Amino acid sequence: MMRGLDATFFALADPTRRAILARLASGEASVAELTQPFAMSQPAISRHLKVLENAGLIRRSRDAQRRPCRIEPKALMEANAWIERYRVLWESAYQRLDALLAAEMAKERAAAPGKSSYGRPAKSGKPPGTRRTSKARNP
Amino acid sequence: MPKSVEVTTPSEREIKVMRRFDAPARLVFDFHTKPEHVQKWLLGPPGWSMPICEIDLRVGGRYRFVWHNDQSGVEFGVSGEYREIAVPSRIVQIERMDGCEGEVKGTLTLSESGGRTTLSVNLEFESQELRDRALESGMTNGMAASYDRLEGQMGAKAA
Repeated sequence: MMRGLDATFFALADPTRRAILARLASGEASVAELTQPFAMSQPAISRHLKVLENAGLIRRSRDAQRRPCRIEPKALMEANAWIERYRVLWESAYQRLDALLAAEMAKERAAAPGKSSYGRPAKSGKPPGTRRTSKARNP
Repeated sequence: MPKSVEVTTPSEREIKVMRRFDAPARLVFDFHTKPEHVQKWLLGPPGWSMPICEIDLRVGGRYRFVWHNDQSGVEFGVSGEYREIAVPSRIVQIERMDGCEGEVKGTLTLSESGGRTTLSVNLEFESQELRDRALESGMTNGMAASYDRLEGQMGAKAA
């Protein structure tokens, strides 16, 4: 459900909430235990926990005194699946770019053997803001 | 250690992509800004080509990319404008996808050390909904049609 995904990504956008999830990944914890590592009040942590609970990323037990929080792996896996698919598309594009860069560097080395291309400043010879228009079309 | 792309969501409206390249920044920059190079790698899932790639690389200059699905004939494009350019380390652009609402602000930064370049692309959307839609559909909305094929291929490889 898209709505669930919205809440999940919102929950994951905050570094404190991500740290809380990382802690809960190794086992359940009470609010007091979760508050300990942060320079933050318990009510502030509780607000974060509410966001995580709303996103279905954690479950809180209501009966015990300690009210332990527990991670819900399924919601996290779903968000991760979306991000993973997106990541894979960029990965394949960048792998193509890797090959093109390697070929270009081999060409440069062959054209000027013994010279290093690292650290050399860009010598375009043009002042910044000069118009450069180019087009490439495939019929 | 194998190089891999890192995707994060720094806020509810952003996507951040990071990757390292074994090449100097000036080359990575060139391959992001010369149409004859861009056409060869900025392609999305298999089955897409890039018949139109136009770049006017200056502040206020525009670019136009159109992708074509060789199997279905579906075409999809984006149009953008450059806001900041610092060769070879930074580009800021504003982009619209054909037929879609909203603009995306893209910030590319290249940082070189010891001949290797760390690339960072930050995409800022107008709303969480538009950001999530982009994440869901891949790099662009028009490529969603190829998703099933890509998934099938990934599934076949994993088997």
